[in-house]
Amino acid sequence: MSLILSVAIIVFIFVVIFQIAKASEYVSILKGEEASRQQNNKINGFLMVAFLVLGFVGIYVCNKIYYGKTQLAQGAASVQGEKVDEMLFITLIVTGIVFVITQFLLFWFAYKYQEDKNRKIFFFTHSTKLELLWTAIPAIALTILVVFGLRNWFFFTSEAPKNALVVEVTGKQFGWIFRYPGKDAVFGKKYYKNIDPATNSVGIVWDDTYSKDDILTEQTMYVVKGTPIKLILGSRDVIHDVGLTHFRLKMDAVPGIPTTMWFTPLYTTKEMREKTGNPNFSYEISCDQMCGNGHYSMKGIIEVVDQEEYDMWMAKQKPQYFTAFPEKDPTAVPVAAADTTAKATTAKM
Amino acid sequence: MSHEAALHNHEGHESHGHDDHGHHEHHDTFLTKYVFSQDHKMIAKQFLITGMVWAVLGGLMSVLFRLQLGYPDSSFPWLESLLGKWAKGGQITPAAYYALVTTHGTVLVFFVLTAGLSGTFANFLIPLQIGARDMASPFMNMLSYWFFFTASMVMLSSLFVETGPFSGGWTAYPPLSALHDASPGSKTGMDLWLISMALFVVSSLLGGLNYIATILNMRTKGMTMTRLPLTIWALFFTAVLGVLSFPVLLSGLILLIFDRNFGTSFYLSDIFVNGVGALSNEGGSAILYQHLFWFLGHPEVYIILLPALGMVSEIISVNSRKPIFGYMAMLGSLFSIAILAFLVWAHHMFVTGLNPFLGSVFVLLTLLIAIPSGIKVFNWLTTLWRGNIRFTPGMLFAIGFVSLFISGGLTGIWLGNAALDIYLHDSYFVVAHFHIVMGVASMFGMFAGVYHWYPKMYGRYLNNSLGYLHFWITFAGAYLIFWPMHYQGLAGMPRRYFDFSIWESFKQFADLNRFISTVAMIVFATQLLFLINFFYSIFKGRKVTVLNPWEANTLEWTTPIRPGHGNWPGEIPEVHRWPYDYGKDGHDFIPQNTPVGEDETGTH
Repeated sequence: MSLILSVAIIVFIFVVIFQIAKASEYVSILKGEEASRQQNNKINGFLMVAFLVLGFVGIYVCNKIYYGKTQLAQGAASVQGEKVDEMLFITLIVTGIVFVITQFLLFWFAYKYQEDKNRKIFFFTHSTKLELLWTAIPAIALTILVVFGLRNWFFFTSEAPKNALVVEVTGKQFGWIFRYPGKDAVFGKKYYKNIDPATNSVGIVWDDTYSKDDILTEQTMYVVKGTPIKLILGSRDVIHDVGLTHFRLKMDAVPGIPTTMWFTPLYTTKEMREKTGNPNFSYEISCDQMCGNGHYSMKGIIEVVDQEEYDMWMAKQKPQYFTAFPEKDPTAVPVAAADTTAKATTAKM
Repeated sequence: MSHEAALHNHEGHESHGHDDHGHHEHHDTFLTKYVFSQDHKMIAKQFLITGMVWAVLGGLMSVLFRLQLGYPDSSFPWLESLLGKWAKGGQITPAAYYALVTTHGTVLVFFVLTAGLSGTFANFLIPLQIGARDMASPFMNMLSYWFFFTASMVMLSSLFVETGPFSGGWTAYPPLSALHDASPGSKTGMDLWLISMALFVVSSLLGGLNYIATILNMRTKGMTMTRLPLTIWALFFTAVLGVLSFPVLLSGLILLIFDRNFGTSFYLSDIFVNGVGALSNEGGSAILYQHLFWFLGHPEVYIILLPALGMVSEIISVNSRKPIFGYMAMLGSLFSIAILAFLVWAHHMFVTGLNPFLGSVFVLLTLLIAIPSGIKVFNWLTTLWRGNIRFTPGMLFAIGFVSLFISGGLTGIWLGNAALDIYLHDSYFVVAHFHIVMGVASMFGMFAGVYHWYPKMYGRYLNNSLGYLHFWITFAGAYLIFWPMHYQGLAGMPRRYFDFSIWESFKQFADLNRFISTVAMIVFATQLLFLINFFYSIFKGRKVTVLNPWEANTLEWTTPIRPGHGNWPGEIPEVHRWPYDYGKDGHDFIPQNTPVGEDETGTH
């Protein structure tokens, strides 16, 4: 019912607008083409300046309302992120100046040089001097941006420091799997045909001795504040993307082709909660590459903690090898042995 | 020579259809005049109207998915009546959402802003503005439309497949697009998408080769290359870009078809699909597809933009009653944009794990594009400066184009810099950027062209008042929709998300999303107003009574008010000057076919 009503209202508005427009066309024919064109020119010339003024007011208002909700207001949470923010501001200033000048000139000229019977146009076909000027100035401005940009780019994509904490991140439809190399600090080999969703979600090759202490977790990754974190990214099925908004980085996770990224977090999750005043704050990993119908829900969490808390968390983790082969788990042996003895005794009895 | 041939052909037609349809103006049957027409003007209108149908469908899709983004908690029972199982309980499902987003992108990029824009105006303007009776090959031209039509039909049919149309984004990255089991949209819907795109590439190649051949070979006497209107130059570069880059897309798509259906591993390696298990494919590269795709994909952006650049230059000059400033610089900048278009594709791939050094080369080349773009903007501004501007609806849209081109172009400088892209990539900042500079701006170029050349197309004017209303609402609306999206992008909000409510980092924009969706609906309704205006005016619009209503210099205004097939009833006019002699030596305008006077100052 409300649908029919709203459609009816829209149709009605259309009909009214259309009739008015038709009538105005007749009026303009009566007035003569010249006169009506001049009138239209006046109105549209005025609207040009109005748009310019309202536009800048609108930009101001928009900034006032929404700036606080952007990441820029919150500040970056990694060394890399701070550089990104700094560059964002430099770029904003450079492009902002060009924006204001050109938009102002566009609408101002449109207003100022609207048709006037007495004006003779300035027959001006070209000026090499002017053209060189506005080739050179943007070129210089761009050089500055490129220099800043590439310096940061090469820093972001450089080899991670030796002391970096290495975590392997694997995307799947629709979640994240994290692998830590364990005490030996070396990842065991993996092969995708070994994948078993229940016990071996990334396809670790158990014959490899390095694999025995690898730790697998899902959904939440723990890292240490102030320590460089190196992520080795991969995917099990389609292309995903590890989007780290608060650290200002992202990198695709591609099946078959490992990629890497590294960053140094500056604040623990707890510190960020205080800094942002949001008790629910967490470092979210968003998938930023269309990966299927669950794309929007593919969330991971990074817990940034201090070294002590990290060590405590790590101590609680059990190598995946023992989940896959519970009978080989030394900590589980007494229980298992007890079980078998118990069974044996029952059998005897 | 070929002019003669076209003329004979035209006469042949006349004598042929004489007996049964003698009352028709050109003695064609309905079928040869309106359906399988070989007249470039009719083909242009076919492209335009098919493009408009797709624009409405694509726009409607955006309204539907904006409904989800703006009102994620509301349910609209009418949606269920419209979409059935895709909107159970009146709420769009994620599958439907992604299908809508994907089809919206594909359709608007390829069907509306490629076929609808350059298909329309290249066909319409090239012969008329260079002084030719028709295209080099009218038959190929007709084929180009009908391949496009078939592509359209296949794409349309994919909307009705049980598993839904393709839903992996318009870029169709494998493995998502290659694996039937990765997403329901990657089943039959994707096969149809691929077939449709392949047909579309054929259409675009047939058209493009024809435009190039026509521009190079069929210019009238005196029409040297540097006397061509900038529209023609822009359409020429557009065609060159298309001819050189579309085959690469086609090859990429063919490899994808092989991977999907014939067990090859061009793009596939080390894949384990939930519910299916490990696939046997090894050794392929998913990134290879992205290189092939963006080798077209980036030139495609300029295929969309260049015709608008050309038409806007022409319309601004005509309505400022002043020559375009720096014709040769405009030409040079078009040329350098066309060259650079081929050298920047990997800036779409900064975060794929691309070699950082390679990335840095693409940063440099990408930011270089700002220079020719800047030249164009400053030249337009100088053209307006000390002109005598008439605000026709076409001129308003041209000015609006320049404003949007500046706004969207400048954010390109942000995104082209890899160190910023690593943060902004695939966020709403990108959505805002390309919608403003490629989507809305090119749409504005298209509107400018339609308003400006409508009198030539149909011999009638569009209603002016509706035109003004259309412009101001659309212009303000475009900024209201896309400007705030930059802020969402700066909050890191990823694009292609069905729902943000579970995200602590992105959920703060619920009210803004509602605002954007509401404006989007109003803007969409305003486009319907334009459609009414368009179709009403074909039959009932104010009649054009003078040959040259805008007092323009180019050759199309020397044809009769309703030119027949062959364009000029008599001789094709000879050209004596460039097309921008406005306000020269005290004359308001001097058409191109006016011989150079004895006491005239320097001629071009």
